[in-house]
Amino acid sequence: MNKLLSIKNLNKVYYKKKEKTEAIKDISFDLYEGEFICIVGPSGCGKSTLLNILTQMDHKTGGNIELKDNLKLGYMLQSDSMLEWKKVLDNALLGLEIKKEKTKENIEYVKCLFKKYGLEEFMDKYPQELSGGMRERVALIRTLALKPDILILDEPFSKLDYQSRLKVSDDVYKMIKQEGKTALMVTHDISEAISVSDRIIVLSDRPCIVKNIYKIKREKNGNPIENRKDKNFAYYYDRIWKDLSFNE
Amino acid sequence: MSEEHKRYLKKLKQEKVIVVGFQIFILVGFLLLWEILSKYKIINPFIFSSPSKIIETIKNLFLNYNLIGHIATTLYETAIAFILGITLSFIIAIILYEFKILNKIIDPYLTMLNSLPKVALGPLIIIIAGANTKSIIVMALLINLIVGIMSIYNGFNNIDKDLIKLFKTFNASRLDILLKLTIPASYKTIISSLKLNISMTLIGVIMGEFLVSKSGLGYLIIYGTQVFNLDMVMSGIIILIIISFVLYKIITYIEKKLLQ
Repeated sequence: MNKLLSIKNLNKVYYKKKEKTEAIKDISFDLYEGEFICIVGPSGCGKSTLLNILTQMDHKTGGNIELKDNLKLGYMLQSDSMLEWKKVLDNALLGLEIKKEKTKENIEYVKCLFKKYGLEEFMDKYPQELSGGMRERVALIRTLALKPDILILDEPFSKLDYQSRLKVSDDVYKMIKQEGKTALMVTHDISEAISVSDRIIVLSDRPCIVKNIYKIKREKNGNPIENRKDKNFAYYYDRIWKDLSFNE
Repeated sequence: MSEEHKRYLKKLKQEKVIVVGFQIFILVGFLLLWEILSKYKIINPFIFSSPSKIIETIKNLFLNYNLIGHIATTLYETAIAFILGITLSFIIAIILYEFKILNKIIDPYLTMLNSLPKVALGPLIIIIAGANTKSIIVMALLINLIVGIMSIYNGFNNIDKDLIKLFKTFNASRLDILLKLTIPASYKTIISSLKLNISMTLIGVIMGEFLVSKSGLGYLIIYGTQVFNLDMVMSGIIILIIISFVLYKIITYIEKKLLQ
């Protein structure tokens, strides 16, 4: 398999006036092409820090990050923040606008994505007229607009209610698979992680280290909602839950 | 339209009638009471004047003292100070927001300047800027600038941090963030700061006119005091109340239009 991203012995230390906090300690893992990896861990353990380092919004203290052939990363944030004064389409084009890549072809590509994912009629609306689930999908289109090779998702559905969350994670999963993207997602929802991923990386409390890595085996790979009915689901759930509950 | 909807609309209308009715009642009652108390010398008519005398005085001011000119002067000074004040507050707020370290450095001085009664600087301003319109505008600026800067700066600071993060994920430059996020996102705050600013500006202008002017409503009031013509003072105050009310309404109207 084609290795796209390799993280080796990553460290991150924060300094405050009186203390230093080790946020991340010796984290290593690889990401292969077409994979969907989930990172789960207790809240505040440094998951977001890890993503911020990967996307170069924060500096690492030590270790190595190797990205194959200057591949592009796309970051989808926790909140589906939109500029309320811009139309939905213009919001989706924001990344292109800032990177000065707002060419005719790219605009066409974004419009295609809107059509493909059933949001065509909402392009000219304003964000506040959209439901939470639609906003998430627009946020994903905004990230996809830059044609990233790897998608990084930071608890993308945490602001939705449970029902829409199931539906949206299903939709977003399908979009990511259809576009053939590799994805790395952080979540604190164990069942969500099991239902979407190929591998799950379990992190410990601070300082955050890799506690376990599970390769998810299913009888049949389907969409996330079907995957929840898989017979191994309960087994993984139990294992991960124990990993997270009993910190040594 | 259903019966219930009609009843609801009727109730709204009734409420409005009550509010406006009482507003008019209070105004008319106040004027009548003032007139009567003054006429029967229950309050000193020399000091407190009376509505009828004020109307007469205003007529007289209009015919013999170039009242329109005085109003024009005050409005002119207010307009200049208001526009200058908004522009400068906007620019200074941007500088302070973009260069946080600068903000930290001058913070205690801003607080000091803010708590200083600006009128105390009056004599100094006259000496520096001269006994002319310039002094009045400087005075008004001193009063409206700090409030303006602070409200716009707070608007900048209240921008959703997630949006800033979003821009950073796209590697946006500081200029991009400023032009495409900070300024458009605080549009509403800036517009609503106009209302506060217009009142502050008027206060500053009148204070300035008290100190130096040769015309304007503030001058009229001071002149009236000096010649002990309290009818003139009262008339000046009444006209000022009307002007500030009208200016406030105009700004509110503009605000509504701009926020649509």
